[in-house]
Amino acid sequence: MNRHNGTSKAFIHLHVNGETKEVGVRNADTLLSTLREKLGLTGAKRSCENGDCGACTVLVNGEPSHSCLSLAVEVVNLPITTIEGLLDSPVREAFVDKWAIQCGFCTPGFIVNCHALLTNHPDANEEIVEEWLQSNICRCTGYQEIKEVIHSLLGSNNHSIKKTHPGLSK
Amino acid sequence: MISFDFKYFKPSSVAETIEAYNGVHEQGEKALFISGGTEFITFARTNKIYTDAIIDSKGIPECNVLEMRDDNLVIGAAVSLNKITNSNLFPFLGATVKQIADHTSRNKITIGGNINSELIYKESILPLLLVDAKVKLAKGNDERAVLLNSVFNRKLNLSSGELLLQIIIDSSNIDLPYISLKRTKFSKVGYPVVSVAAILKDNRLRVAFSGVCGYPFRSDKIENIVNDSTIPVVNRIDQVMDNLPSSIVDDLQGSREYRAFVLKNVLLDVMEEMEMGE
Ligand SMILES: Cc1cc2nc3c(=O)[nH]c(=O)nc-3n(C[C@H](O)[C@H](O)[C@H](O)COP(=O)(O)OP(=O)(O)OC[C@H]3O[C@@H](n4cnc5c(N)ncnc54)[C@H](O)[C@@H]3O)c2cc1C
Ligand code: FES
Ligand code: FES
Repeated sequence: MNRHNGTSKAFIHLHVNGETKEVGVRNADTLLSTLREKLGLTGAKRSCENGDCGACTVLVNGEPSHSCLSLAVEVVNLPITTIEGLLDSPVREAFVDKWAIQCGFCTPGFIVNCHALLTNHPDANEEIVEEWLQSNICRCTGYQEIKEVIHSLLGSNNHSIKKTHPGLSK
Repeated sequence: MISFDFKYFKPSSVAETIEAYNGVHEQGEKALFISGGTEFITFARTNKIYTDAIIDSKGIPECNVLEMRDDNLVIGAAVSLNKITNSNLFPFLGATVKQIADHTSRNKITIGGNINSELIYKESILPLLLVDAKVKLAKGNDERAVLLNSVFNRKLNLSSGELLLQIIIDSSNIDLPYISLKRTKFSKVGYPVVSVAAILKDNRLRVAFSGVCGYPFRSDKIENIVNDSTIPVVNRIDQVMDNLPSSIVDDLQGSREYRAFVLKNVLLDVMEEMEMGE
């Protein structure tokens, strides 16, 4: 049993972007605050902290997850990918090409989610795209351009999407 | 940020879970089971909940089962809503839970967490009430499987220290004709103004509701009314409105009058879709 000695703090190992990091956390620390404040990975953004906006999205075991809705201690031993781990993702480039960025606050969360969508459903139909994109809110309302990013990469057999998935155990 | 500290246990068996629970309890402290943990985190952050320890059920093998065993579908309490939908093992449940929250949240929200939610919606319970699902519960060294309908009254009535392990559904109830309709205030993602699920079994419509009253429910009285083919459908719906188990919710999501209006329309859609006319 993982009991962290029955205390309220622990040293844990997190597998982030292909590296293992030791970090001291309160059990009460969310994954979001741990990434941002303990590991300096500020790409995942703090916004609603309520699961509503998607700005904090990271991949946990290859699946998009709101890092504000996970405790750091819950994801020990699971591969975590943040936007900083997706530097070579074609999704990132396509966001630039399609002008899918305005203020940019929502962008990391969207890129992480779109990357996972294209990895899991390289031939996604419109229904799947809609379903996945509903998880992220863009206050600047750039939804059309973001959809164009997805459509530009769908069915493109873009193998680099799979390759740039650090820490993924699948 | 969560303002209070707590211990974190992640047991890998039911026995370890009980041991962890008893250990915390013996020190006069409070322990809370979590599955997805999303409600715990949001409630803790806003100081709506306090606990000295949380016991994470995601490491318990029984809570992660999702498979057909003999003539039953067994779903562990810690299985995420997306896994249930993607498995396609029980399309009615899959379609209903797909309407809860958003895709990313459903990777973490579990069926056990949704059923035991402190919120009034608990939409995943609707199909389970309709198919006479059983729940497997564990407390101390005892495990028992009981009809969900016998322990669910407004909420799942668990005694202190009792853990929901699994949900069990008889395979004969899995492929019945169904409908699951949810209406929200404006966007596709959101808490229900009204959520109605129905199945047709032995030529009788079974129907369950969320978002209407302060808890999800299924009612014999209402099912007798909707199945009375001697009465025109619109009159049946009026009778349903007169026989709800308590007053309609009136809050920011929707006024009482608005919810009543939406409910009548949803019921009409359900009756038409399931061909329940005179
Ligand atoms: C963005 C968002 C949108 C939402 N939209 C909807 C919606 O449309 N419809 C709806 O119905 N709900 C909705 N919810 C609510 C959500 O379904 C509940 O909050 C649910 O409880 C979360 O599941 P969880 O597994 O994370 O719960 P947890 O936080 O793990 O637990 C919730 C409660 O259940 C108890 N519990 C958990 N597991 C067990 C167990 N095995 N045995 C005994 N008790 C247990 C916990 O002690 C706690 O009290 C939404 C939530 C979010 C974040
Ligand atoms: S900050 Fe996590 S969903 Fe908004
Ligand atoms: S680009 Fe500004 S919030 Fe999306």
